[in-house]
Amino acid sequence: MKILVCISHVPDTTSKINFTDNDTKFDTNGVQFVINPYDEFSLTRAMWFKEKQGATVTVVNVGNATTEPTLRKALAIGADDAIRVNAEATDGLFVAKQLAEIVKNGGFDLVLAGRESIDYNGGMVPGMLASLLDFNFVNGCVGMEVEGTNASLSREIDGGEESLSTSLPLVVAGQKGIVEEKDLRIPNMRGIMMARKKPLNVVEPVGVDAATSTQSFEKPAPKGAVKLVDNVDDLINLLHTEAKVI
Amino acid sequence: MSVLVFADSSEGKFKKSAFEVVSYGKKVAEQLGSKVVTLSINGGDASELYAYGAEKVIEVKEDSLSTFNAKAYASIIQQTADAQNSNVVIIDSSIDGLFVAPMVAVALEAGYASNVVALPSSTEPFTVKRKAFSNKAFSNTVISTDKKVIGLAKNSFGAHENSVSGSTESFSATLPELGVSSTSVERASGKVTIADADIVVSAGRGLKGPENWGMIEELAEVLGAATACSKPVSDLGWRPHGEHVGQTGKPVASNLYIAIGISGAIQHLAGINASKVKVVINTDADAPFFKAADYGIVGDAFEVVPQLVEKLKAFKQS
Ligand SMILES: Cc1cc2nc3c(=O)[nH]c(=O)nc-3n(C[C@H](O)[C@H](O)[C@H](O)COP(=O)(O)OP(=O)(O)OC[C@H]3O[C@@H](n4cnc5c(N)ncnc54)[C@H](O)[C@@H]3O)c2cc1C
Repeated sequence: MKILVCISHVPDTTSKINFTDNDTKFDTNGVQFVINPYDEFSLTRAMWFKEKQGATVTVVNVGNATTEPTLRKALAIGADDAIRVNAEATDGLFVAKQLAEIVKNGGFDLVLAGRESIDYNGGMVPGMLASLLDFNFVNGCVGMEVEGTNASLSREIDGGEESLSTSLPLVVAGQKGIVEEKDLRIPNMRGIMMARKKPLNVVEPVGVDAATSTQSFEKPAPKGAVKLVDNVDDLINLLHTEAKVI
Repeated sequence: MSVLVFADSSEGKFKKSAFEVVSYGKKVAEQLGSKVVTLSINGGDASELYAYGAEKVIEVKEDSLSTFNAKAYASIIQQTADAQNSNVVIIDSSIDGLFVAPMVAVALEAGYASNVVALPSSTEPFTVKRKAFSNKAFSNTVISTDKKVIGLAKNSFGAHENSVSGSTESFSATLPELGVSSTSVERASGKVTIADADIVVSAGRGLKGPENWGMIEELAEVLGAATACSKPVSDLGWRPHGEHVGQTGKPVASNLYIAIGISGAIQHLAGINASKVKVVINTDADAPFFKAADYGIVGDAFEVVPQLVEKLKAFKQS
């Protein structure tokens, strides 16, 4: 099996979010970047396939040179090689089209990604990629097995879970459950040393127009202070008469 | 030209989100000076949609789609959009909505903005405000393609009654090969789900152990609410994983979120920021959650919650 894992390079979950250039750019000052948490679950599942069933695992990111440490981290976790498509990733369709090229040229039959990235929260790239390639697609995956070219998966639905069967070629957008959090891997020293020697290929983007762009960012209006009450009668009263939610 | 709204349903009944997307679609159509067309796939009684302004409802009845299939739904939405000459397609941001919308976008060669929270601020260029950075910011996004797909965030616009005398047409779309088939569905029955709930009662590690959840369930029952929890609680196995809310769990966009014994870590807040009114009950007056809350009681959950249950029961009866 040839697996491609899509890796998004995102601000760490605790990052303070600020903008510069008249609120048109994300302020990366002092921000730590990490592998997108949902992608990390999928990457771990890919490592499992590699070790238990035999597979090669390539990681890919669409981004400029600043994302390379994130790709190196994925290599240190155990991916075999990495590809960086040298372009700013600001639009889902643009990214999906770049990834589709990589999949076609690399002959991948399983593409693993995350349910959404925690920066733009678009949740659009995996589904778009599957449609562009005409691959089967499962979103929000919380469990998966592959045997030959058959795959059985489960996904989260409102209030429960659905079991699905499908076949390769396949795109899967994972989340917690595709592996458990305790099984996520932290790169060890040996992995980090080996990652330095693994190939990280930079390819130029194919020419496609972005379908969307961010005109500006804004932050939510500052919240008023909390109203503290010291008994439940007051609370019920406020929720009924002021907030009108009960 | 028209605006196409996909009114999602489950087991032959429209979801609450369907009325919200129809209300929103109607307004977008007004802004664009065009008509709104609503698509229902194995949905409920179309007159329920007329009440929210759906003057024309396209009904697809397809026995082979007794469960949701993203590829088939995407294809039906695309075929309807083509037949109705729709240049804007609106889909909710439910789990299924987020599954199908990117596929629709590719089929229509349309730009897609998900988690949109307001009407377009401009139609030329077409600009919508969407959530970004896990609810810590918004992006004003321009969609520059001729056709556009909008994913509307839950509870961001609301359902607005606007009764029209609508009409219904049936449409038989060509089904693609499904590719993915559903083998079984497991759903907790008789419980309000987090996605549908107007009120969510959530508890954290402050509850000390799973044996103490009885009072949380009772509180949820009085309020007709769904129950939820913080991540460590589901990691510890005190509650099922499906209840874990936050950045890496489920998002909550309810009208009321009651957080009991939850500290309010940034990753938890990221998943619940979109809720309108937040109430916090916590022994620690310095718990970060108080900064994000609208109302709070500094107090012990084991004293406050039982009182709240009793008083709410009395309130509901009065
Ligand atoms: C990458 C990443 C992703 C994460 N994603 C999520 C996520 O999606 N969702 C999530 O929830 N967390 C997430 N976390 C974890 C998060 O950082 C916090 O650890 C977690 O939210 C804390 O849960 P808690 O508030 O229940 O527990 P604690 O931090 O233990 O807090 C318990 C609270 O209960 C209060 N308390 C104690 N006793 C009582 C009492 N008798 N009555 C009332 N109050 C009492 C305490 O004062 C305290 O504030 C994530 C962390 C990381 C690193």
